[in-house]
Amino acid sequence: MTLTLIGRSVRLTRRNPDTLLMSILLPLMMMALYVYVFGGAINTGTAYINYVVPGTIVLCTGYGATSTSMAVADDMRKGMIDRLRSLPIRGFAVLTGHVAASVTRNALATAIVVVAAVAMGFRPSASVADWVLAMGLLLLYVLALSWLGAAAGVVAKSVESASVLSFFMLFLPYLSSAFVPTHTMPAFLRGVSEHQPITPVIETVRGLLTGTPIGSTGWVALVWASGLLLASFTLATWLYRRRTSD
Amino acid sequence: MIVEVEGLRKTYGSAVVLDGVDLKVAEGSVFGLLGPNGAGKTTTIRILSTLSRATSGEVRVGGFDVRREPAKVRGVISLTGQYAAVDDEQTGRENLVMVARLMRLARPAARRRADELLERFDLVDAADRRVKTYSGGMRRRLDLAMSLVAGPRVIFLDEPTSGLDPVSRTTMWDAIADLVRTGTTIFLTTQYLEEADRLADRIVLLSKGKVVADGTTDALKSQVGGDRLDLHFDDRSAVERAAACVGGHVFAERLVLGIASDGSAAHLHHVLDSLRQNDIAVLRVSSHRPTLDDVFIALTAGVAA
Ligand SMILES: Nc1ncnc2c1ncn2[C@@H]1O[C@H](COP(=O)(O)OP(=O)(O)O)[C@@H](O)[C@H]1O
Ligand SMILES: [Mg+2]
Repeated sequence: MTLTLIGRSVRLTRRNPDTLLMSILLPLMMMALYVYVFGGAINTGTAYINYVVPGTIVLCTGYGATSTSMAVADDMRKGMIDRLRSLPIRGFAVLTGHVAASVTRNALATAIVVVAAVAMGFRPSASVADWVLAMGLLLLYVLALSWLGAAAGVVAKSVESASVLSFFMLFLPYLSSAFVPTHTMPAFLRGVSEHQPITPVIETVRGLLTGTPIGSTGWVALVWASGLLLASFTLATWLYRRRTSD
Repeated sequence: MIVEVEGLRKTYGSAVVLDGVDLKVAEGSVFGLLGPNGAGKTTTIRILSTLSRATSGEVRVGGFDVRREPAKVRGVISLTGQYAAVDDEQTGRENLVMVARLMRLARPAARRRADELLERFDLVDAADRRVKTYSGGMRRRLDLAMSLVAGPRVIFLDEPTSGLDPVSRTTMWDAIADLVRTGTTIFLTTQYLEEADRLADRIVLLSKGKVVADGTTDALKSQVGGDRLDLHFDDRSAVERAAACVGGHVFAERLVLGIASDGSAAHLHHVLDSLRQNDIAVLRVSSHRPTLDDVFIALTAGVAA
């Protein structure tokens, strides 16, 4: 039943490939920009491409995940949601469908970004176990942001206002260690970037893929991502029930 | 009674949308909820199909309480809303198979069911086109087909023909008539007396959230009279004196007095004679078939001649 709705969301994504294209092209362009244009000017202590790829992957998944908000907002204002709600199926299954489609979309986008990065000279030192751990953390992170996107989609008045979250997610990574080490930032920005959830996630993925030290950051990232997932899932399903019980 | 509603009230803040509605629908019958825009028809359907909660009152559908056992109610009903609930980016067939799968049909059975319904609703040629390329009539038919996937006991149709051209409307009426033959209970809303007349066994007339009439279509029509007489005058005082003399509803801006009539020559004679005896000059007389307006005039203004 939930599988049917996942199939639906995936099909809708395929039929309307703009979102998918954006969530692949955007990180690719950004990666190229950083590697070829700014890369020479930023000193990270390693080959810059090895520094920037993990950040790009996280940025890409964050952006892609929040585009769930647009798919959900689109559904909420159309008649289909009434039909689904009058069927004997679990209420928020339609949200689960969109979240699962988002995970699929992001897996695809991530694979493409990684392949492109390797072509551009990215040389990960990760073992199979490191890759599995990194992907596991990313999955958790994507799930958390997709449910956050679903929550935003449920309350958004229109598809356009739902897209605000994605734009926010596009800029948040600049206030993290995605592109430049945080110690190069002014003090107040460094405070923000070291304590927001994206930085530990990026640091952990970077550590796993390129062998930079992780330390306790891995646990911090895990706690952030699972906490965020729990909170956004609860929020999305609660908002959905509220919105649909008039 | 497959649908039982007692003392149904719905308020949004201080706005009272449904104000103590009672109705009963017998299994296998066609029930028409008739009323103008804003009467509360959609609100009623949304409550009966578990999409919205009643503020107070008892609502049972298929023997289940909509508030306490919504999942059971959903198992016996299906809903075709006022706006077609179809996915534009999926094909007609994909839409049908999806609903069948959601109703827990196995994949081969779901495909077969979709084929049957495409055939029945004359959508075979368009089956593999995306719904966004469909005409309004085709969307409505697909919408209805999707509601029939699981063979519901009660089907709710909210203004099934609004916005359709006359040909599509007739096709839709035929589809509904077919459904009746299969024994499905139909609960439909409409703004058109003609539609309710043609399809429904019983009609409830809703006005501003209240039931103003309840009965068979024949009973309703005899209350309204067969026709409406419009008497045209050349000034305001003539209209009002005429109304005082023979009754009826004054359309002040048009200087017209509307009177319910059985359409007989005798009734016309009687009206004109009364006016002449009172020295009220009538410019012109026209007569037309009753509209929903007339039903309201007759039932809410107490003018039934
Ligand atoms: N969610 C809502 N909040 C406030 N008022 C509403 C809401 N839904 C409907 N109404 C009001 O309830 C009345 C009846 O609406 P509706 O049931 O859609 O009528 P109908 O379907 O007969 O045209 C209207 O005056 C409408 O403005
Ligand atoms: Mg309506």
